[in-house]
Amino acid sequence: MLTAWAILADGLIYASWLFLIAAGLTVIYGVMRILNLAHGAFYALGAYTAATAIGWYYGGSGDTHMLVSYLLLGGCALVAGALLGAAVERGVLRIMYGRDEILMLIVTFALLLILDDAMKLIWGTQSYLPYQPYAEMGRMNFDGLSVAYYDVTLIAISLLVGLGLWYWLERTHTGKILRSIIHDREVSAAMGVNVKRMFTITFMIGAGLGAAAGGLTAPAISVAPGLGAEVIVVAFAVVVSGGLGSIGGAAIGAIAVGLARAASVHLAPELELFVIYAVMATVLIFRPHGLFGQATARKI
Amino acid sequence: MQMDRSEWLLLAGGLLIALGGFLLPSWMVSIATSAFATALVVQGVVLLIRAGLVSFGQGLFFGIGGYAAGMSNRFLGVTEVFGMLALGLVVAVALAMVLGLLVSRYREIFFAMLTLAFSMIAYGVLVKSRALGSTDGFGIDTWHILGWTPPDGYGQLSLFLLTVTIGSIVAVLLHRYRRSALGLACEAIRENEVRVEYMGISQRLVLYINYVIAAAVGALGGSLHALAIGHVDPGMTYWTTSGEFVFIALLAGSGHVAAPFIAAVLFALVRTYAVELIPNAWQMGLGITLLLIILFLPGGIWSLFTRLRRATS
Repeated sequence: MLTAWAILADGLIYASWLFLIAAGLTVIYGVMRILNLAHGAFYALGAYTAATAIGWYYGGSGDTHMLVSYLLLGGCALVAGALLGAAVERGVLRIMYGRDEILMLIVTFALLLILDDAMKLIWGTQSYLPYQPYAEMGRMNFDGLSVAYYDVTLIAISLLVGLGLWYWLERTHTGKILRSIIHDREVSAAMGVNVKRMFTITFMIGAGLGAAAGGLTAPAISVAPGLGAEVIVVAFAVVVSGGLGSIGGAAIGAIAVGLARAASVHLAPELELFVIYAVMATVLIFRPHGLFGQATARKI
Repeated sequence: MQMDRSEWLLLAGGLLIALGGFLLPSWMVSIATSAFATALVVQGVVLLIRAGLVSFGQGLFFGIGGYAAGMSNRFLGVTEVFGMLALGLVVAVALAMVLGLLVSRYREIFFAMLTLAFSMIAYGVLVKSRALGSTDGFGIDTWHILGWTPPDGYGQLSLFLLTVTIGSIVAVLLHRYRRSALGLACEAIRENEVRVEYMGISQRLVLYINYVIAAAVGALGGSLHALAIGHVDPGMTYWTTSGEFVFIALLAGSGHVAAPFIAAVLFALVRTYAVELIPNAWQMGLGITLLLIILFLPGGIWSLFTRLRRATS
């Protein structure tokens, strides 16, 4: 019984982490039709920024507070990600618009290579361990099942992000414009929507979310080069199985992949990596466009 | 068998390169061997690109070729190089015939993601299998070619000659395939697959065969690469390896069957120097080059030759 609860807890924690990363990826794809391989680089940037900020905050002699450290983690990463996102969108992606989706995938692969090395040049190749916030918050006990408060907070944050995104897309004016672009880019442009400006905003938000996910995960992991390449494929598995461009799909995909991985970690550890992609492959076999994806007509 | 000018040129080029192997220093021979092995995998990626499909998982067959060669050597005691190559080929083709049924239904990014998922599944399995050395992989050391064991110090050179021979034969065969009705149908599918169906061609069958052929050359390349560096590890199936193949394929362009060989050698040389000079920034150079190719040289390096020819004539 304890194993079942442990699987559920670990699965939900992992799922909330996956959702944070996948949300940005799926928003960018939904609006811009770009499957962003460089998302992993934004994630890594967030983690590095948070590590630096935490190092600076805990390095000083002053008092530390959990809330401040949490804000530092998410906030610094979010800002750094959004700024870099704006730069990348304006500087590189804008020149490339109008090309095939698949070519854009290769463009973002190039961006991933460039940004990964740029981070190596800035932060060096050693790894950072900004563990302090994680340790400071402590753990709680449920009948012998020990869960870190930090992870529970992560679930809450991920829920908030999900709800916020939903509200933004479904209930605000900007969201309405974005949905019109998702539906038909050309007609929206003809109706006077500034599509280019919305692209920049979308990419900034998507990149910021990716970076914030990295920042919030940083205390639980060791931040080292190669982080982005590892994370991005898992995030892809989530987004593709949920249905590209769908926030709800990303949430369901994250929960499915999260629980599957947690089950495998507890029951058959050697299958851990295998399970994530097996979930994706299984979904794609039965639903070629993902659980919530929409099939498009073939051109003649 | 009627041979045309291009095919004679390919064979003559192979012969020249093989002779060049006797003059070059041994470190260059070793780089060239793995570059030509990589080029074989890239040939497969180019075949897929010609049909409008980008695979971010060709490392799967690269790895399978390598591991099949390595495992038959280590566990079955196969020391004959051609036996190792054949085994890799058979396993990869068998797997591709199963996976092909599935992936030939997908296009664009879904094809890319599905191929990526399959190669990452292989990565996950290899990393966790202790018997195969987990993340470290294992070495391949004793082998001979048709019963002949190269004398000390000539192992690298004989592998080089073997790779060049196989590379030239594959190049001629692929050249024929690309100009066959089947190969041309691939290009037509990239342009407009619905119209291809109207003409009575089954696009799924064409893409299926194309995928299997790409897998076969991928496995050959993987086995030869494993022999050349004498080692296999799970990194062969990691998705960034497949990304590298896509990079070389774009650099080459799909204009001619010789282009991937040139691009792979270029890539290997640049990498050798760049890793020495700027170890932490060479991928950045790679990324920038990739962007420049997409912007200014969408036909790859081969389009430089055709441009030149058009300018002079």
